[in-house]
Amino acid sequence: MSDVASDVRTEEPASQPPATAKAGEPKGRHASRDATGLWLRYLLGRLGGLVGIVVALLAITFLLIQFVPGDPARNIVGVTATQEQVDMVSDRLGLNDPFLLQAWNYVSGFVRGDLGNSFVNQQPIVELIAQRLPITASVALGGLMVVLLIGFPVGVAVAFAGRRGGRTALSGTYNVAAGLAGALPEYITGTVLVIVFALSLGWLPAQGGVGLEGLILPCIAVGLAPAAAISRVVRGETRAVLGQEYILTARSKRISSGRLLVGHVLPNVATSALTLGGIILVALLGGTVIVENVFNIPGLGTQIVQSILSSDYPAIQGIILTLGLLAAMVNMAIDILLGILDPRVLTTKGLSR
Amino acid sequence: MTDVVLPTTVGRSRRRYPASLLVGAVGLAVIVLLAVLGPVLWGTSAASGSGQLRAGPSAEHWFGTDAQGRDVLARTLVATRLTIVMGVVATALAVGLGGLVGAVLVLSGNRVRWLGARAIDLWLALPPIIVALAITAIFRPGAVTVVVAIGIAFSPQFARLTNNLASSVGGKDFVVTAHLLGVPAPTVLARHIVPNIASPVLVLTSVCLATSIVTMSGLSFIGLGVQPPAIDWGQLLASGLRDIYQNPAGALAPSIAIVLTGLSASLLGDGLVAFSEPRRAQVRSRRADQGSPSATSLTGEEQSAATSAGDDVALHIEDLHVQTANAPEGQMLVGGVSLTVATGEIVGLVGESGSGKSITAMTAAQLLPSELGWRAKALSVAGHPIDPRQAPPSSMALDCGVVFQDPSSCFNPARRLGAQLTETIRVHRKVSRREAERLALDKLREARVSEPERRLRQYPHELSGGMRQRAMIAMALITTPKLLIADEPTTALDVTVQADVLRLIKQINHDHDMGVLLISHDIDVVASMCDRVYVMHQGGILEHLTSAQLRRGEVTQPYTRRLLEASASTALKNTVHVTSTIRGGS
Repeated sequence: MSDVASDVRTEEPASQPPATAKAGEPKGRHASRDATGLWLRYLLGRLGGLVGIVVALLAITFLLIQFVPGDPARNIVGVTATQEQVDMVSDRLGLNDPFLLQAWNYVSGFVRGDLGNSFVNQQPIVELIAQRLPITASVALGGLMVVLLIGFPVGVAVAFAGRRGGRTALSGTYNVAAGLAGALPEYITGTVLVIVFALSLGWLPAQGGVGLEGLILPCIAVGLAPAAAISRVVRGETRAVLGQEYILTARSKRISSGRLLVGHVLPNVATSALTLGGIILVALLGGTVIVENVFNIPGLGTQIVQSILSSDYPAIQGIILTLGLLAAMVNMAIDILLGILDPRVLTTKGLSR
Repeated sequence: MTDVVLPTTVGRSRRRYPASLLVGAVGLAVIVLLAVLGPVLWGTSAASGSGQLRAGPSAEHWFGTDAQGRDVLARTLVATRLTIVMGVVATALAVGLGGLVGAVLVLSGNRVRWLGARAIDLWLALPPIIVALAITAIFRPGAVTVVVAIGIAFSPQFARLTNNLASSVGGKDFVVTAHLLGVPAPTVLARHIVPNIASPVLVLTSVCLATSIVTMSGLSFIGLGVQPPAIDWGQLLASGLRDIYQNPAGALAPSIAIVLTGLSASLLGDGLVAFSEPRRAQVRSRRADQGSPSATSLTGEEQSAATSAGDDVALHIEDLHVQTANAPEGQMLVGGVSLTVATGEIVGLVGESGSGKSITAMTAAQLLPSELGWRAKALSVAGHPIDPRQAPPSSMALDCGVVFQDPSSCFNPARRLGAQLTETIRVHRKVSRREAERLALDKLREARVSEPERRLRQYPHELSGGMRQRAMIAMALITTPKLLIADEPTTALDVTVQADVLRLIKQINHDHDMGVLLISHDIDVVASMCDRVYVMHQGGILEHLTSAQLRRGEVTQPYTRRLLEASASTALKNTVHVTSTIRGGS
């Protein structure tokens, strides 16, 4: 996965193919088998990564409670509780069991789909997550829509418009606007949106999560900064693609601008933008957690804050596990999409990583 | 990144500081000053409440007051210190921790290093905020917890950067050379490695400072960071949001503070990138340096080889000038070039790189980049005149085929060859897909591409370089154009494949009575392939010869003679004799 660091390493977009086929290539009917083999290896590699993340997440969430300084049970019941109450909670958490037994119980519970019960209201954690995950997911998906419907087209349009002179005014305005929008944290965008659209104009509710209307402002808040970020990436990639020699080849065919854009620019921008877009999407998940608190949306983000403040460890473990898995799944989906869009990654990323 | 437009007179001026670097640095300096002075100057007014609770903005309280009647602006200014200190400490922690892990990985064995890199990848796949939340859950919410959490959450980025950079720089030629010269390891580290990894690390650090301040404010905002009575911007924002119905401005003051700080730090990062990668700017200034005088002085020497444009003329150029557009006194890149290519003729355009031969060819193909503009007394392709003020005629699509230098970069990597080969005729001749594919197969066979049926389904990267160039030629041939422009078609190929591709071009020229403009820097290739040859130098045509003259070495210009002498072919070299007196220098 890429991150900020990959901006620093200047990678040539749409780079040279890694390996050119040799003169004596296998015959035609072998080619398709090769392709399936490559896909198999690729998917296995991705799956391996997913398993790695699940193991890491289980380890992190299990160890979380072990690392709590002092007595976790005491944190749960509070300073005024009696020793009997503390012992009871300790028993329920299994904290008195041997370490390995605790680990076994935790992992086997996870496999059975049992993440324990909340200490606040005794609700099974799985049920709690099932209630709140759809809300978080819809905010994140809405944010993703904002990113895809605004960020991607704007980036392509600015780059494409700037390809023939006279670009200074447009690109200057764009630079300032995208720079500013990209620097707005989700929670501040959310606050400003509430002031403008809920308090001043009264168009939309300040309280989120109530029907579709309540989702509009949160989704814009979540999606705006990532949209700006991705539009900058897309614009840079589009510019780079427009400078590639194969665009000259395409121009030598005297095709229309629209055909050039759809047929030759976009397929290449999509792959490179998607690679960088991966981290932006994962970050979007983190933004959702915070934005839920601006709009008081009853999702996983507001829940984990309450759970942390009340030391409800099973709930914390369950939510972190869920959010982490969600991020891992987003990554995996992007990798698979990349493989479909650009078959070259099958060979470069194969089983490694 | 901002584009810094360099004036043509840059000359030897030192590197310029990008505007973003200056703005970011000044912004951060002001914020640091506020962090130092804030509590001293506004400490008392931030703590003392007035009678007005949750009042809106007024002359006295610019951003209104909070629930205890305290001035929001004063509290925001006071909160600068804690916010900035937390941000700086968390960033330092991330850099230190990440750098340490990265350094350990660099120094350890391959297996440990591989495992470490995978672990970092895993860690990075999780959003930092989730890692931070987990750490906040372990230790009770509070300022110190948040700093530690953010420091740990952001450290893997530095670990990976250190690991990647150290290995990539360590393998670079100059480091290897230093080792071979016996330079001691610490000196290599200090002189060669650190300077090369310093700038990416600095850039990431400023980005990290921006994100850590923003993220920590977010954690404080949701109640997991700084706890009252201590204040930071995030917590002020949370209380502003609680009072938002009474005093909306109360939420704005900390919002503006957070955004300005984040913006300054990321501007600094952008500026550092622009500053540490001055290569682009240097290239531009160098291009600007090569002035027009040389080009204009050559126009006097230009040879008029123009013949009248008739039906049998594939390409006719008369007095072509190409210069950088958008400027009244643009740089002249090509001045006063005239040439013709008759049908069935192969005409060579030879010269060193930068002589203007490719620009001339791209003008003929109407594929100049938008920064360049051209004018000419006449320019026509296959008898169709082309006007610089108008879009090239649609006939160009069918009349002119182009073969580019590097077959590995000239095919669109994301599309199958079939779609790319047939595109021109599908668009311009409205040929059905099946018919187009049949035609493409014909052309692939003609270009002697092996297994043509299979190639149509393949992606460019699945072909060898020679096959790709043949496919490129097939693509240029698909309309059976009257003019084929081949811009250094063999330069990127293996020597063994070069001869094959050249033979193929000659064959096609013969079979279809096609005019070929062959651009090359290799005078031997041109001499053996072409009927006539134009020698270009510094944007003008220096000499116009038949290839027989060239082969006999009957050249008049010292420059051409030097080209011949420099060529690898000793056979040619031996026959060189200069027919005219040599005027010293050039």
